[in-house]
Amino acid sequence: MNINGVHIDDTFAEAFGMKATRVLVTAQNLKWAYHAANAATGFATSVIACGCEAGVERKLEPTESPDGRPGASMLFFAMSSKELAKQLERRIGQCVLTAPTSAAFAGIDGGEPIPLGKNLRFFGDGFQLSKLIGGKRYWRVPVMDGEFLVQETTGMVKAVGGGNFLILADSRPQALAACEAAIEAMRQLPNVIMPFPGGVVRSGSKVGSKYQALMASTNDAFCPTIRGITKSELAPGIESVMEIVIDGLTDADIRGAMRAGIAAACTLGAANGIRRISAGNYGGKLGQFHFQLREIMG
Amino acid sequence: MTALTFTLKDVPRQRVDCSALTPTRLAGRAPADISAIELPCGNRKPRVGELFDLHGEDTSNLVFRNACDRLDRIGEGMFDGAIQVQGDAGAYLGLGMRGGRISVSGSCGAFAAAEMRRGLVHVFGNAGDFLGAALPGDRQGMRGGMVIVGGNAGDRCGDQLRRGAILIEGNAGDYCASRMIAGTIAVLGVLGTYPGFAMRRGTLLLTSLPVSLPANFGDCGTHDLLFLKLLVKSWKSLDSQFAHLEPSTRVRRFLGDVSCDGKGEMLFWA
Repeated sequence: MNINGVHIDDTFAEAFGMKATRVLVTAQNLKWAYHAANAATGFATSVIACGCEAGVERKLEPTESPDGRPGASMLFFAMSSKELAKQLERRIGQCVLTAPTSAAFAGIDGGEPIPLGKNLRFFGDGFQLSKLIGGKRYWRVPVMDGEFLVQETTGMVKAVGGGNFLILADSRPQALAACEAAIEAMRQLPNVIMPFPGGVVRSGSKVGSKYQALMASTNDAFCPTIRGITKSELAPGIESVMEIVIDGLTDADIRGAMRAGIAAACTLGAANGIRRISAGNYGGKLGQFHFQLREIMG
Repeated sequence: MTALTFTLKDVPRQRVDCSALTPTRLAGRAPADISAIELPCGNRKPRVGELFDLHGEDTSNLVFRNACDRLDRIGEGMFDGAIQVQGDAGAYLGLGMRGGRISVSGSCGAFAAAEMRRGLVHVFGNAGDFLGAALPGDRQGMRGGMVIVGGNAGDRCGDQLRRGAILIEGNAGDYCASRMIAGTIAVLGVLGTYPGFAMRRGTLLLTSLPVSLPANFGDCGTHDLLFLKLLVKSWKSLDSQFAHLEPSTRVRRFLGDVSCDGKGEMLFWA
């Protein structure tokens, strides 16, 4: 398959079942909502060492948010319910509760409820108040700038993490430009996040390492600077490879995001040094979800 | 199907216990069966057919016509369905109600919505004392649902209220929110004396400062409380003046009753 001179590999991305939730954070203005959201979703690029993968899904207009203020929608993904609950409590407690004027609300009404403000309320030291409004329980925790309003629980659902594709280009600036175009297109879609910095990974990994203590190490098959001494996947002339990792609430969401991202990258085409689109997998034995590139782009 | 309608023939000499006439208890029963139900009335037990003219067959939708304040316990313990009272209702309206809707075009007596758990009670006239309260000897009043009063409420409104909301478009009597445990009471009119007596938690929301505030409530100043936006928004669909309130978050806050280590709040829209 070839799109605008870009070769689409006959391969697939391998992804895993995860647990996910959505939290809406609002504040006096968008600036402070994003301060809170960026902090809460910070250091959450990979479950390998961050505990969860998280990101800002999109901006919320005042008309869309529960309290009529500007805000941001965040998605959190973890490998287990327990870990997701732990990460959520820490991140909302340390990053949203602490952010001036902020409030936090459930972004998923269905699913299994997990604590959002249920335990954070104890920060109120007995002065906290609960309020049941429209069948939903909220906690009002007194803080130094007034009150922190937080919904008691949010919904947790089954989700998919680890959808991905690789962009292979003639040069690093060209690979990055294609990634930026892809991310721009993917961020228009709901229910997905690209958890790495700016949505892009330059250090794709393989499972295992020659060092026993490490569970993952550099994906040497796609590292251009060592292609002469490894079993490289790279043809001569390819100088840079970058990866986009996608977590989504459903496999259909990931498919949609991959399609939009690959299409945007291919729009730049061979004329701009984009040579190939590939994907990362582990032979198909580890992940429950396989995203065939050619099927998605077909 | 048309609503099952009970038209009161004459004002009874004594109070009538109408608790047997709820959608839950009448479900699946034929009109002839229903006519034969005995209703406690003083030391007698007249049959439904002696007191009311019946027509209609939809037992999930009941109407009391020509109703008067001697019809007690209307909707007691009902789980679902709707009851419409055309006229006044007696005491214990919706006592221990667990779902459904009751509307009263006139006024109702004492202990309306007492120990109610779910559902909606809408009284377009006035409500008597102990609205949404606990029965004497019990520890918790209303535990959920919503009560709307178009007129005034009597004394001890929300006594030991545990959960749910009482919205009063008129005035509330003395000792409003006394011994309140949690929940919300909102009053658009004025309050009687001693509001929030022995209040533990919960919210008493008012549009203006009362003439005299209890000394055991501490003034916490004027603040923007975000939850009010959600609260007022949740009332938008109601058939009530509360649906037209401006969602202002700016309130003056008093906390108490400190005499019982309470953290109940009285909020006055600034």
